[in-house]
Amino acid sequence: MAVILDLAVQGAQMLLVLLLAPLLTGLTRKVRARILSRRGPPLLQPYRDLIRLLRKEAVLAENASWLFRVIPYIVFATTWVAAALVPTFATGLIFSWSADMIAIIAFLATARFFLALAGLDVGTSFGGIGSSREVMIASLAEPAMLMTVFTLALIAGSTQLSTVAAYMGGGAVGLRVSLGLALIALIMVAIAENARIPVDNPATHLELTMVHEAMVLEYSARHLALIELAASLKLLLYVSLIACVFVPWGLAPPGAGWSAYALGAAAYLAKLAAGGILLTVFETSIAKMRVFRVPQFLGAALMLGLLATLLRFVSGGL
Amino acid sequence: MTLAVALGCVAGQLVIACLAVAANRLRLVSHFVYAACLLVSVIGLGCGLAGLLAGATPAPVITLPLGLPWIGAHFRLDTLSAFFLAVVNFGAAGASLFALGYGRHEEQPERVLPFYAAFLAGMNLVVLANDAFTFLVAWEFMSLSSCALVMAHHRDPENVKAGYIYLVMASIGTLALLLAFGALAGANGGYAFDAIRAASPPAGIAALVFCLALFGAGSKAGLVPLHIWLPLAHPAAPSHVSALMSGVMTKVAVYGFVRIAFDLLGPPAWWWSMVVLAIGGATAVMGILYATLQRDLKKLLAYSTVENIGVVFAGLGLALAFKASNMPAEAALAGTAALFHVFNHATFKSLLFFGAGAVLNATGERNIEKLGGLIHRMPHTALAVLIGCVAISALPPLNGFVSEWLTFQAILLSPELPQWGLKFTVPAVGALLALSTALAAACFVRAFGVTFLGRPRSPVAERAHEVDRFSLAAMFILAALCLLAGILPGIVIDGLAPVVQTLVGARMPAQISSPWLSIVPVLESRSSYNGLLVFVFALLTASLAAYAIHRVASNALRRGPSWDCGYPDATPVTQYSADSFAQPIRRVLGAVVFRASEYVEMPPPVDPRPARFTVRLQDLIYDGLYAPVALGVMAAAERLNALQFLTIRQYLSLVFFALVSLLTVLALWP
Repeated sequence: MAVILDLAVQGAQMLLVLLLAPLLTGLTRKVRARILSRRGPPLLQPYRDLIRLLRKEAVLAENASWLFRVIPYIVFATTWVAAALVPTFATGLIFSWSADMIAIIAFLATARFFLALAGLDVGTSFGGIGSSREVMIASLAEPAMLMTVFTLALIAGSTQLSTVAAYMGGGAVGLRVSLGLALIALIMVAIAENARIPVDNPATHLELTMVHEAMVLEYSARHLALIELAASLKLLLYVSLIACVFVPWGLAPPGAGWSAYALGAAAYLAKLAAGGILLTVFETSIAKMRVFRVPQFLGAALMLGLLATLLRFVSGGL
Repeated sequence: MTLAVALGCVAGQLVIACLAVAANRLRLVSHFVYAACLLVSVIGLGCGLAGLLAGATPAPVITLPLGLPWIGAHFRLDTLSAFFLAVVNFGAAGASLFALGYGRHEEQPERVLPFYAAFLAGMNLVVLANDAFTFLVAWEFMSLSSCALVMAHHRDPENVKAGYIYLVMASIGTLALLLAFGALAGANGGYAFDAIRAASPPAGIAALVFCLALFGAGSKAGLVPLHIWLPLAHPAAPSHVSALMSGVMTKVAVYGFVRIAFDLLGPPAWWWSMVVLAIGGATAVMGILYATLQRDLKKLLAYSTVENIGVVFAGLGLALAFKASNMPAEAALAGTAALFHVFNHATFKSLLFFGAGAVLNATGERNIEKLGGLIHRMPHTALAVLIGCVAISALPPLNGFVSEWLTFQAILLSPELPQWGLKFTVPAVGALLALSTALAAACFVRAFGVTFLGRPRSPVAERAHEVDRFSLAAMFILAALCLLAGILPGIVIDGLAPVVQTLVGARMPAQISSPWLSIVPVLESRSSYNGLLVFVFALLTASLAAYAIHRVASNALRRGPSWDCGYPDATPVTQYSADSFAQPIRRVLGAVVFRASEYVEMPPPVDPRPARFTVRLQDLIYDGLYAPVALGVMAAAERLNALQFLTIRQYLSLVFFALVSLLTVLALWP
């Protein structure tokens, strides 16, 4: 009986992230429009877009291979599994131990690997430009992310996200230099990974500035819907990750009752909204960088992460 | 018993080699040789696995009256030898199966077959040897037979150059090992490994031996800066031999290093580990950076071997560090990670070289700029190679990720190390490994994407055809192993436990009993990973999504011209090429590492000359290290040339002076 209940809670988390992800995207678009004094699309517009896309007939390029048709499902599944393993409203769910932080990052890397292949499959110049830039960005963002994970793992003594979140919420941490550096590096990586300004622009239609959008240019209908949904899930994953590590308040401990879960869910919604708004305010306040400025931006993130890890190696108190 | 069978296998391979020489006129000789090698390798693989399962029982020993009369040839099959025996024969079995189909296209089989069997025998002998003499003879046998295979297509001047550089580097490496064993054996000349193990050398000698072993074995394995021969020699050989050299022979080199540094030398000093870690990290990043910029598919794979060897050595360095600080549990984790990666690399690198061989066979082309779109004409090869690419990029749920994950877990345990030098080195190496993992993904997106995806860039790529069944079987068996080892890593870790036990005196906790077949390196609250569960999870999610969407939403599909933002795009030339794909990484990292510089020559509008774009890369290691040495050798040779034109009196007086000075040295020797 207890196992069924645990499975139900885990299932609830999976559904929760899937259902909330487009909402977060809708929120960022809405806030952005308001800041730019536009009215903006309704909050629920991403859902409508997805449904509309799902119903359409898919158009495939003539020489698209079987891999091109499979990749949206791979990207969606790996991103969804990764997003479902990040604690949202509770820690210590039944499958939370099946993958730790390093594995979650690697899952996102798998999704990106296949998406970059999709960019090359049809054999167009825009697909190639997107893939090539995406792997360049990833080859710096991923080590920076791993360094951040190293710092967190060394502070909490664990790479399990549930344990880290519980430790951070325990109050034994206090203010630490390495934690601050890790937070900055993590935010920089999150911006780059989710193709947000200043690294990439999710709303761009200027071909030569696109990275993520150029990669998925040849996709349409249900395939595009899955990839858009995966992109929303990835954004949600990063916001949840930052929230559960750096603002772990309200997370329900393992085996807590329904009231704790409800409280956790409410806190999670508040954190998501705050994260989405902060991200959009940041985005609208700066301009996009040239592509070859991005390595400097990410190099800084990598150095910050390395510095934080080094601090942890040198002294347990920093 | 197992040892006797293993030695029987070696003898069998030597017999096959002789038969191949004798029967080189027969039509079916290559089928016979590869089938016999396959059979013998499978038996050898069984011996290795049996030796692993036998575990802690006293290792069987055999002494044969061969070699130097007062030493004899000693052989021993302990768990370390058994593991590497299994890896060698596993790779050999795969290569032989692949070659059953692939070897048919060889134009001059008599240049390949005898050396192929001899090469297998040499590698098997190295891991079985239990005295320095047999070890060195087997090592040199392995080097020379593989050198003959590198020169198999000797009409190509590139191959001759590759063979020459390989020969020079192999000789220098063997010389270092010879000196290392000489120092280990001491004045009494105890060349048997048992005698070496019993005597513990003083710290100075141990340090010297360690450096020599790292140099000797490292040059064979391809550690930076001793790697320069590897990307020349490995691609020059026929593809199944390339797979053996990259996937297996570098592992024999790792075995040589492990045997000396962990077993024969006794307790390590902590600074050894710092050297190994630093070299390992640098090798990983340099190797993959080179690989990312290659156009030649086999050269790219050879450079990626350099990267993987760096990862293995980084793991070994960590294990040495923990062993020196007397932390056996942590050392066991790091050692397991390194050995797991040895196994993984043998699997996926063989697979990828087979894939490169299949592509070469189907198109006659190794330059990926001339390939493209092969996934339509070689769908099975493409699938197998894709699995290999995902595995080598350390992506879950395949096996490359598990060893990478274990290495990171070991790094996260290392703040406990007391030495300050290591406190700074280990996080830096961690960052280098993270960077190399990410670059590996970029490198293999490029390799797979440009070769198999897109539109064909040349007529040969348009006319490609699927390869034969033997080759496909070999590739798919390896691909299945990549998946199995990735989703059931606990079994591999438990299999490695007796090996790690002999290396560092401890083992990782038994994984088979952990719930749901997950792997737990230390404590579940600390870290755990369940490849099977996440794989099933992702598979279910993807199939459910596919089913639901096709059922409920829409499954209509139409083919049309590609969109590409509305630009008409008639020729495949407009595709992204391999060079343009690597351009961002070349600009970001290559500007420092390779001093990459780009020149654009744009003629004025009325000038009919075409515009030109040139990229210049500088190999700083070759220019800074090898070129001066080569120049020095040439200059010295020029000077010494005069000695060839002396009169008989001058020669006699030279001999006299040499004799007198030697006698003086002997007289003054304490």
